[in-house]
Amino acid sequence: MVNWKVILGIAKTHLLTKIKQTSIAALGVTFGIGSYITLVCFMTGLNGMLDDLILNQTPHIHVYNEIEPSKKQPISLYNELKESINIVHSVKPKLSQKKIHNALPIIDYLEANKDVRGALPQIKTQIFYIAGSIELGGNLTGINPIDEAKLFNMEDYIVEGSAEALQNTDNSILLGIGIANKMALKVGDRVQVSPINGGIFPLKIVGFYQSGIADLDAIQSFANIKTVQRILGKANNYITDINVKLYDIEQAIPLSEKIEKQFNLTAIDIKTANAQFETGTTIRNLITYAVSITLLIVAGFGIYNILNMLIYEKMNDIAILKATGFSGKDVQHIFMSQAMIIGFVGGVLGLLIGLGLASLIATIPFQTEALPTVETYPINMNPLFFVIGFSFAMLSTFLAGYLPSKKAKKIDPVKIIRGQ
Amino acid sequence: MSIVLEAKHINKYFKKPVLFHVLKDINFQVKEGEFASIMGKSGCGKSTLLYILSTMDTDYEGELFLNDALITGQDREHLSYLRNKHIGFVFQFHYLLSEFSVLENVMLPAKKLAEKSYQEIEHDAIEKLKMLNIEHLAKKRASQVSGGEKQRIAIARALINNPSIIMGDEPTGNLDSHNAENVFNIFKRLSEEEGLSLLVVTHDKDFADKTDRIIQMGDGKILQ
Repeated sequence: MVNWKVILGIAKTHLLTKIKQTSIAALGVTFGIGSYITLVCFMTGLNGMLDDLILNQTPHIHVYNEIEPSKKQPISLYNELKESINIVHSVKPKLSQKKIHNALPIIDYLEANKDVRGALPQIKTQIFYIAGSIELGGNLTGINPIDEAKLFNMEDYIVEGSAEALQNTDNSILLGIGIANKMALKVGDRVQVSPINGGIFPLKIVGFYQSGIADLDAIQSFANIKTVQRILGKANNYITDINVKLYDIEQAIPLSEKIEKQFNLTAIDIKTANAQFETGTTIRNLITYAVSITLLIVAGFGIYNILNMLIYEKMNDIAILKATGFSGKDVQHIFMSQAMIIGFVGGVLGLLIGLGLASLIATIPFQTEALPTVETYPINMNPLFFVIGFSFAMLSTFLAGYLPSKKAKKIDPVKIIRGQ
Repeated sequence: MSIVLEAKHINKYFKKPVLFHVLKDINFQVKEGEFASIMGKSGCGKSTLLYILSTMDTDYEGELFLNDALITGQDREHLSYLRNKHIGFVFQFHYLLSEFSVLENVMLPAKKLAEKSYQEIEHDAIEKLKMLNIEHLAKKRASQVSGGEKQRIAIARALINNPSIIMGDEPTGNLDSHNAENVFNIFKRLSEEEGLSLLVVTHDKDFADKTDRIIQMGDGKILQ
């Protein structure tokens, strides 16, 4: 039977009469939590942005036909030379087609898989951009613009024009911004492209593409799959790459292995392709949490100190309370509730300050060539961070209050009263 | 007359720094409405005895009865409750909670007991203050009143739960003769008019002489 009204009343009076110490203790928590929220929102925002930069445009599984030398040379099939050592010099890659055999049925098959969000065909080819007598080498990728925009956020990287325009305009091209600058081209102009095997095709520029990676923007352009097939003079089942986007990125590895085995193609999963990226994210998160926890531990020691001092100051009061019928538990509750009140007030203020600072950072302009669609610093305000921050405030104040209040519980009133 | 407090064969040892037999086979009773004082030289164990009787010190041998109920060996929670309900304390030093108002100080034990509503407790507290002629101090901070007044506030606090017995450890030891006289008169009146039992440890011969019974102690024993 704990009489909380009385206990909280006493705790409140103690805190209010020592308002300076109370506020300092609470401010410790406030700064700890505030900086945790700010830091974690900002850091995860940046992480998310950097991840998006690479991962959003990267397929979870990339399927294509690798050009490689045959692993088995004909001589190894010849039984009579089985016991001898055979060395073949100057092994050349096997002449094979770039296109994926039976690409369209494979796409249908992948789309039917319940883990797959979409499987998009692409044609990758080398071309020349022709401006007068100058020929610039480059890459042209044939895509389904609307689907690419939907699954790989392509719109984010189209600085002028749109994916719809590319889809709907016949013989159109989405030109890399670097090429456009080199050749002084505007939207609506025509650019002539020439595939490696000859011929010149004029294409209408419907937009500019800027990935943020300058080297890429100086060579890369996009066109409709049909347009590219026409330029190359290939049939409409000519597909060189299939990009697969999954619902769950964790499924990338097993599915890519399955595709490799089943179709005898090369399938690279996102984790293998971007392993270093995950490491960076993990380390940034680690730093964020290490700094935040350090701040909160410091705040916790502040509370511990102040409560300890308070208990020394209040020895007489504790003795009196015990003599007049308050039990050790009651006294412990009084000091525990003081710690928890400090933690609660400091924690809530910290959340507000963190929210304020994070919102402030979110309004600071942040413009960079590399990220055409980002205008301000990225902030990730996940409610979970606020829950974690608040729980940590309560937990650390609980621990900081526990030891001093335990001591208060054990104080022998007789010693104090007789000691005077 | 019924017995409020009874001690049977109380023995107490101090173990530090050396084993020392402080209280040797103490037996006595305090009856209802009795005003008793304990006298003795410094170090004879009279305060030690009082703190055992007060239930705050549980490290002793023997048996202690409060209102005919054995309280030796009860757990601390229950002892706190008994102290709260049945025993009022007045110390040599006034021991008020200095951050609280006088009224809050007086009300605190009753709030802890939580047998009455806030309004009833407040009413009772003002009654007690009136009885001791200090109701004008009710709203003051405890740290802002004089020593004699503090002791009267402490008495009001001791009375708030209508205890069976009031215990005092040199309650007048720190007061001038006028205030000491005043406190004695209050005790006397409580004993005579309210039928309250009182047990007071004192050095003051004049004070003790005026009580109903003097328990003289020496070397850890009751002499008479």
